[in-house]
Amino acid sequence: MKKKEESFFKLISQKPWEASQAILDNEHDGKTLNVSKARLGVRTVMVVSTVIFSLFVVSYSDRMLIHDWRSLAEPWLLWMNTAILILTSLVFHKTKVLSHNNEFEKTKKALFVVGFLTFAFITGQLLVWQHFVNLGQYASSNPANAFFYVLTALHALHILGGLYFWAKVTAQLFKNNYNISKVKHNIELCAIYWHFLLIVWLVLFGLMIAT
Amino acid sequence: MSDEYNNSKVETKSADSSSGSYAPPAENIPASEIPEQELYHAKSFWTRWVFCQDAKVIGVQYALTATAVGLIGLVLSWGMRLQLGFPETFSFLGPATYYQSVTMHGMIMVVYLLTALFLGGFGNYLIPLMVGARDMVFPYLNMVSFWMFLVAVLVLISSFFVPGGPTGAGWTLYPPQAILPGTPGSEMGIVLMLVSLSLFVIGFTMGGLNYVITILQARTRGMTLMRMPLTIWGIFTATVLALLAFPALLVACIMMTLDNLLGTSFFMPEIFTMGEQLGTTGGSPILFQHLFWFFGHPEVYIVALPAFGIVSDLISVHARKNIFGYRMMVWAIVIIGALSFVVWAHHMYVSGMNPYFGFFFATTTLIIAVPTAIKVYNWVLTLWRGNIHLTIPMLFSLGFIVTFVNGGITGLFLGNVIIDIPLSDTYFVVAHFHMVMGIAPLMVIFGAIYHWFPLVSGRHLNQTLGKIHFWVSFVGAYAIYFPMHYLGFIGVPRRYYEMYDSPYMASGVGLNQFITVAALIVGFTQIIFLYNIFHSALYGKKSEKNPWKANSLEWHTPEMPPEHGNFGKELPVVYRWPYDFSVPGVDREYIPQHVAPSEVPTAKVEKT
Repeated sequence: MKKKEESFFKLISQKPWEASQAILDNEHDGKTLNVSKARLGVRTVMVVSTVIFSLFVVSYSDRMLIHDWRSLAEPWLLWMNTAILILTSLVFHKTKVLSHNNEFEKTKKALFVVGFLTFAFITGQLLVWQHFVNLGQYASSNPANAFFYVLTALHALHILGGLYFWAKVTAQLFKNNYNISKVKHNIELCAIYWHFLLIVWLVLFGLMIAT
Repeated sequence: MSDEYNNSKVETKSADSSSGSYAPPAENIPASEIPEQELYHAKSFWTRWVFCQDAKVIGVQYALTATAVGLIGLVLSWGMRLQLGFPETFSFLGPATYYQSVTMHGMIMVVYLLTALFLGGFGNYLIPLMVGARDMVFPYLNMVSFWMFLVAVLVLISSFFVPGGPTGAGWTLYPPQAILPGTPGSEMGIVLMLVSLSLFVIGFTMGGLNYVITILQARTRGMTLMRMPLTIWGIFTATVLALLAFPALLVACIMMTLDNLLGTSFFMPEIFTMGEQLGTTGGSPILFQHLFWFFGHPEVYIVALPAFGIVSDLISVHARKNIFGYRMMVWAIVIIGALSFVVWAHHMYVSGMNPYFGFFFATTTLIIAVPTAIKVYNWVLTLWRGNIHLTIPMLFSLGFIVTFVNGGITGLFLGNVIIDIPLSDTYFVVAHFHMVMGIAPLMVIFGAIYHWFPLVSGRHLNQTLGKIHFWVSFVGAYAIYFPMHYLGFIGVPRRYYEMYDSPYMASGVGLNQFITVAALIVGFTQIIFLYNIFHSALYGKKSEKNPWKANSLEWHTPEMPPEHGNFGKELPVVYRWPYDFSVPGVDREYIPQHVAPSEVPTAKVEKT
């Protein structure tokens, strides 16, 4: 009998005064979902970030209908950055699999590759900024430019936040005495967050090349 | 029926494993992914009281900071009232300062006082205690959340001291005027305001993560969602709203900051000023309004829902009666929360958006009155034939119900496009929102402080001062805001520095003076209240344990005030909801949540 993961609507239509329900309730362990706190935390952060980016997408779609909108010509560098980000996600997935198979030496190396690729992505994004600045395409030149700068900056900030946790989990692995299940769990959560940011980037990038 | 309930429960516990009719699900639950963490124990003074990770201390820190900044908001309102009531006598407030006072008063009260006090203050203090947890799930993050809030407050206050002063754009900060010369504080003030709001949102998101996840995942054994006190339901739903709505404010803040600093045109249309064209083109001020109110309307319920929850608990405890229609109350909270995301444009009827929008949003606005009315009926029905103790928390709760109904009913008028258009931007609106989201939640805050003060400090607040505080605040609030409805009817616009010799103001001048005097008296009473708090915290009458004879877990900690870790060695196990007052068939008057059914075998169970 798997009681967990009942839908929210089912939970709030329980009848706690009924004898049968009271017996179940007395044994309830106090958790609503069968996930760890950290995983739920990451999920909540992803929901909040999704709201932020969605509102930007809505604003973008609203703003681009106005006549002064001049689309930005995306340089080839952006395609390369996208490729790097996809690669990072793949490597992170591989890292997660490695850690699940308890191959921690390989995991360490893979984590470094992830870090390197992520920094490469951010450097790449900065190079794109430099490219536009050299062309005289400032944020104030056109709303399309402004959105480009804002969205890339926000996305990069999200990645920097992720890197903080990447650094933490890497440091955990290098301690002599670490909690294996905890490290595995943290690596998995970081990987999820990286995949999430990849999806966000693909949506944003797709929006920018489509318009 | 009643006997079955208890006997079967006691029996199944022992005989169940063999018969298997009710397999206790606990045995089938897989082990949690990660073992629970050890509680961090503070050692030094600094980590215990300043950089503290204990949710109770963080709650008090939030409450004190919010109150301090709220006092600034109060003083600003005095300045405005003096100007409006006696424009010739008091001339220290110029038009620019007046607008700045309006703006800062609004923003401080809505965001930095009410939101921070309900969620940061009461949320932090009560959530772990009421759900039976030792602390929030991420105590460190919780601490950072408070310090982020403090920095946000400091940035906000620093805008009083920069060249040009704080922003005077109105608390809605509408562009383009908010960042154009001519509006006070369009230099540094508006930037600091936007930065402060962004910091607040980021800090709040950290706290909000804690509140939601603690309520969902860290409750004690037996505490199902439908056994939680309504206070927790209110705070929970409000936090979910805040997590989804504050991003809109953040997005709007980011874009407006860029419009201001980098000269982008997200919100800035083509503007000609002094015969010259500014560099901006094509931006949409209405887009800002949509973003702002997509945050701004849920914000109303972020303030109201915790108040709904807390007042339900206060009424139940002080009327010694279970809350009427608990499930209905939970549903109403959830439905109001969900609906609050589809009503935002009723703040924008006169903004020039598509008129058909107004039709849609008027409809949703009226629909939201249904669950709200259900809540009011249920409070009244809880009081019906209750053993009403006219304690100060009860007085404030009654004050809340009346005030909330008042403000709610004027809201029904304003929700209709056709009535809103003539009343828009008049004092009728000012009266409405002060009643419904100023006075009403404040009544709950005061009631809650009188109710939980013994828990926090171990001492009672002075009752006489409390009664003075209640009666002056309650009657005074009506003396202030009832006349404002009339001012609105005769067409007095809000946000005007002075009405000069407008002919229709003839009957309004005396009223304005009356309002001002009332506002000063009410404001002064809040100082008596603060004196009461600080004096009683040091010298007040010592409180016995559980002075109100309440059932919820926060009153049943081994120590009062509760210590770090809240519950001593063993967490309590919950067997019932927190509203078992005057249960038929038992000789005790109330049954706390952790009393096992075997201890009260004769209790009769009533359908709720």
